Parts: sequence; C-alpha cells; structure tokens
Amino acid sequence: MRENPGHRSGLPPRALVWASAALPILLLVGIIYLFFVRGTGLDLVGSPAPIEKLEFERVELRPGEIRARVLNTGPGPVTIAQVQIGWLNRASWEFTVEPSPTLTRLGRALVTIPYPWTPGEPYEVVLITSNSLVFAHEIEIAAESPAPGPRLLAGFALLGLYVGVIPVFLGILWFPFLRSLPQHWYQFLLSLTVGLLVFLGVDALAEALEKADEVPGPYQGVALILIGVSLSVLGLYAVNAGLSRRRLASATASHGLLLAYGVAFGIGVHNLGEGLAIGGAYALGEVAVGTLLVLGFTVHNLTEGVAVVAPVVRSEFRRSHLVWLGLVAGGPTILGSLLGAFAYTALWAVLFLAIGAGAVFQVVIEITRYQLRQAGPTVLVSAPGVAGFGLGLLVMYVTGLFVTV
Amino acid sequence: MGKMKGTYGIVVLLLALLSVGAAAWLGVSRRPGSDVVAAAPEATSEAVARGHARHLPPTRGSSLYQYGHPAGRRFDPSQVFDPGPPPLQGATHGVREYTLVIEEDVPHEVAPGVTIPAWTFNRTVPGPVLRAREGERLRITLVNNGQLPHTIHFHGIHPSAMDGVFELVPPGGTFTYEFVAQPFGIMPYHCHSMPTQQHIHNGLYGMLIIDPKGGRPPMRELAMVMSAFDIDRDGEADFYAWNGRAFQYADNPIELQQGEAVRMYVMNIFEEAMVPHLHGNLYHLYPSGTSLVPAEFTDVKTLSIAERAILEFQYDYPGTYMFQCHVTEHMEQGLMGWFRVLEKKERARHPQP
Repeated sequence: MRENPGHRSGLPPRALVWASAALPILLLVGIIYLFFVRGTGLDLVGSPAPIEKLEFERVELRPGEIRARVLNTGPGPVTIAQVQIGWLNRASWEFTVEPSPTLTRLGRALVTIPYPWTPGEPYEVVLITSNSLVFAHEIEIAAESPAPGPRLLAGFALLGLYVGVIPVFLGILWFPFLRSLPQHWYQFLLSLTVGLLVFLGVDALAEALEKADEVPGPYQGVALILIGVSLSVLGLYAVNAGLSRRRLASATASHGLLLAYGVAFGIGVHNLGEGLAIGGAYALGEVAVGTLLVLGFTVHNLTEGVAVVAPVVRSEFRRSHLVWLGLVAGGPTILGSLLGAFAYTALWAVLFLAIGAGAVFQVVIEITRYQLRQAGPTVLVSAPGVAGFGLGLLVMYVTGLFVTV
Repeated sequence: MGKMKGTYGIVVLLLALLSVGAAAWLGVSRRPGSDVVAAAPEATSEAVARGHARHLPPTRGSSLYQYGHPAGRRFDPSQVFDPGPPPLQGATHGVREYTLVIEEDVPHEVAPGVTIPAWTFNRTVPGPVLRAREGERLRITLVNNGQLPHTIHFHGIHPSAMDGVFELVPPGGTFTYEFVAQPFGIMPYHCHSMPTQQHIHNGLYGMLIIDPKGGRPPMRELAMVMSAFDIDRDGEADFYAWNGRAFQYADNPIELQQGEAVRMYVMNIFEEAMVPHLHGNLYHLYPSGTSLVPAEFTDVKTLSIAERAILEFQYDYPGTYMFQCHVTEHMEQGLMGWFRVLEKKERARHPQP
C-alpha cells in the first residue's frame, strides 16, 4: 500500500474525529455513574468507621494563647467539636474556630485556644472531631512564636544575612587568590565545585524527602520533589539556550560567566529552601536555632562562594558581576528565612528545596560538560579532577558536621 | 589588575557595611525578650518569673473550659442525664419489674459536639437507675436488640443462675432475671458478655439502689455514675463524666437549697480509681451504702474499681460549688460539675429528720 499522508479521502470526516476524541470521556462519565449507582458489591461508602483526617500546618504560641492552623486532608467534611491541651495529662479547653468549625475537604481553619502555657514546657494540642476522632500535635518545648514586627523582621533578615549572604561573599573574596593559581589548577577548582554541588544537591534532596512526610497527603510531597527537580533542570536548559542565542549575537558574556550564574541561581534557590526550613523550624518551636547552628551554616555556606566564582576564574568579565553573583546566590536566604518564620508550610520548603536541587544538578552537568570540552574525557579521572571532587565532598561533609542536629 | 583591585575593594566595603549593620542589629536584638538567635534562656528565677508573667493570659478566668460561665450553652438541658434517682414507689405483691433493652451503636454525645456509638441499656449511658426495697422480688427482663450476645450481671446476693455470666442472651433473645433484692446498698449492674472490657466500656452499666427495709431518712437524692470514654481506643480515656456526659452538670448546674439535706449515690465503673470531692463542704460516707451508720466524715474518698458509696451532706452557705473527681486529669476531662446552692433564709440551718 502506498502511503499518502496528504490524501484525505480515506480519512474519516472531521466530526467523526472529534466524536472519537470525546468518546472515552463520555464512557468514563457513564462508568462513574454506573459505579455510583450500582457499586461493586463491596461496601466502599459506608465504611465501619468514619474516615477523617486533620493535619496541623502551623502552631503558634502567643502570650496566653495557642493558635493551630489545620487542614482537612480527609475525603469529606470534618467538624472540630472539642479541644484538649495535653501537659502531663490532657485537659478540655475553651476554643474558637475561624472561619467555621466544619472544614470542607482541603479546607483550612484557625483554632484559637486561650491556654496559659508557660515557656519551656512540653504540650500537646488535641483536636476531637464530632465523630470522636482524635488528632494531636506535639509542642516539644513551648516558646513564644515570632509575631510580625519590624524588630523581628530585622532579626530574621539578619539571620538570613549570616547564614546565606555573608558566607557567600566571604567565599567570593577568595576570587583574587583563586585567580592567582596556576593554569592547571583550574580543572582542580572546577572539580572541587562539582564535588561541592553534588553534595549540596543530594543534601537538598534528602532534606526535601524528609520534609515531604510533613506535606499533607493530598499534596503528594514526593511528587512535588519530582516536579520541582525536573522543572528546574529543564527550565534552566531552556533559559541557557535562550541566553546562548543572544550571546552569539552580542558576543559579550563568556560561557564561564553563564555557568557562574547557573551555579549562583541553583545555590540561591537552594538557600531559599534552606532559609524556609530554618525560619520554619524556629516558628514551629521545634528547633531552637542556636548560635552554633548559625555559625555552622555560615562555615558550611562559605564553600558556596567558591563554587560560584570557580567557573569564571579564568575568564574576563566586568567585576561588578561578582556582587551580583553573590546576591543571586546568597540573597534568597533572607527571603526564605522571613517567609519561613511568618508563613512556613512544609509544602513550600519541599518545593524550593527540590527546585534548588534540580538547579544544582543542572549546573553539575553543565560544568562537567564544560570540563570535558576543555580538557578531554580523561579530565574527570585525572589527579586534579579526582582530588578536587573528593575535596569538595570532604569539605561539605566536615562543615556539615556543625549543622546536623 | 587595577580594575580587579577596585572590585575587590567594593566587595570588602560591602561586607564591612553588612557586618556593621548586622552587629548593630544584633546589639539591638540582644535585649531580653527579643532574642532571636540565642538558644539558651536565662536561667535566673527572676527571668523565669518574668517570662511566666509575660505568658499568662489577660485576666479572663472564664476562658478555662471547666470554669466557664455555667450558662447551659453547650449541653442542651433536655439531653442532660437526670441526676435524681426514681423515688421508691410501692411494689405490686412484693415484686418489682423492670425491662432493660440493649441496643448497639446508639449515638451518644459524650462531650458537647462529640458523638460516639455507644452500647446502651434503654438508650442511655449509664443505664437507668433501678431501685428496690430489700427483700422484694426483682424481675428484670433483658431484651437483646443488638447484634452480639449480651447479659446483665448484678452485684449482690443471688443464685448462680441469676448471675448473668453463664447464660448468654443471643441477638433478638430475651431473658428474665429474678432474685430477691439483697443486701441493701448500691449494687452495680453491667453486661458480662465477653470481651467484658469492651461491653462495659461501650456503655452497658448502671446502678441498682436497694433501700433498707425501714428506708432511709427522706432527703434530696442524687445518683451519680463515674465513668470514662476512650474514644480513639489508644488505652487512655479521652473524656470522664458524671452520668455519661463530660461537663454536663458544668453547663447545667444542679440547684440545691441552702441547708437542704442531700444524699448522693456514687459509683465508679471505670477501671481507674476515682475520688469524689465536694467544694466548700464535707460529707458523711457510707461505703457501698450497706450500713445505716456513716463510716467517715470527709471530703475525699477514693473509690476503687466498681466501688460505690453514699455521701450525705448539706450546704450551709449559698453560692456555686464545684463537685469533682479529685484526680485532676479526670476533672479536666469532664468529671466536674456545679452545685448552685440557693439562699433559703426561712429554712432551719440543720433540720433534724
């Protein structure tokens, strides 16, 4: 038979094509109808016990008051009927629910409990539904939650500055030193950067997976990671492709600079997620952000500055780019810690950590390809390559000892 | 390289500025009460006291559930379990008949807004208060309208065939327990079908009052069953209650008259010790109600599992008084209520019966 794609006489009319496209949907509707009307013979609707699910998104402690933001992740509506606060044992307590004690599926509510909590004590917030299901949230150590205000905003901005911006710039300050190194050290530096970034990416993924457990079920934490990672990898390639085309036209920026911005962006988004996690942990009263922890992050993130400038060590470019690179890589930490402190949900932390991980991995691929183009396929297993990569991992591991709690 | 040095200078300057700004803010935020970064709180007692004072609520004592203004706003008064036991009326030919119908999964509002599927005698938790005079014949018919076999086991002195252990009444079946009411006192009754823990916990229990042949001095009478409900089956009770509903007499206080003599029949049917306690008063205690002479004058008496007692008291002063279980956990999860003692100037302070 001779193929003739342009020949239309053998094709069904357009109406039939549309009908065939609509057919499966119509059938689906019919089957759903049948399922609801006839069922399967199994009792799927009248389950022996009511299925209800409430998840705590955020618990805030104010003087004389506990505020719990909850999300209904069950299949149907839930009514909050009673509240108890656990100390050694539980006690029934007065409460108010806004906007309504009945939450529709994926509906949210704010439960306010006028409880005279005292700092340093452990508590449990217990919500009891009208169908007598019990949902509890543990407060390990009670401490007043940050309330938005200029002083606190400044405090968290400062935290972000210490954890993200300052270390990145400190790392960038090594630029003249790195530049003074002999030519053959360049591959070592690039491999070092790859080592740092691989560690960072895996670390971000691990943290995202850990936090994914806290994401309410229907929002599918692990799926969010997949989406975040793949979209950031593909998105960055799309952006790079666009920039490359423009670069060919203007021929000003070097490939190294583009890589450096890629690294800075990846680290920046990662730091946004990290900031969210730090601010959020503080806000949830789960982790006391100790001085040592902040210092640990500072040292840990120093290496990020090195990673950002390594690709441009041998390039010529306007030096003001160094400032921009630092801001792109470090600045989001401030934003992250502020958002985390005042609007933390595990969902956003997971998403940003995943985007950061994707961005970091994209840069790893790009730097590696750059190395291969420059020094041939043996560069990765050459002495400087292996030493750099290994040292990168080692530095991250050792500085990471301070931030693991 | 000159251009390079210039940039280096810019970066150093920027960092210096950031650091100075940071240090300045740190100085500001290091003031007590706004410390964002430090992990360890000040350990001085003064700081602790200050911290506590800061976290106490503004003075609104009514915010605590159990001390809330008793306005009857949570439990509908029509749903409240009548605390008054039925008066002892005359029996026909010395025989007293009762019918107890068992149903399963009866919606029972155990705390305001919280409904559990309870197993009930005559659709209430606890079951109805049964009453007889010592020596009368009790004829109690069990109708099992549930899906499981049930029994009624009465405490007291009776033949083994009437003990509610050997015969299981099947679903749809009936059985009549017949025995002589003895001795006088408070005798619990409950289902003894297995697993007994589940049958009792789910609500199949009640109080049988056997009055002495000569009766007791007439008084205002109250009957109170102390029990608890583990609604999520985690081995820890979530609500404790006088007569089956947490806080029902907090929302709907029981009115008493100043100087009025009160007799309270109390029974603990949960598997934890309970401690009935009156505020502003002491009571004469008759353990198990099996004596006409009080054993003790006190305001706390630990009732162990299935233990019961008669408490007799009167309020000398008008006002609102709490009656509670002195196990604070039980009290704060529902085992408390209010007596509202009304002023009665014309009444004698200590009327002799």
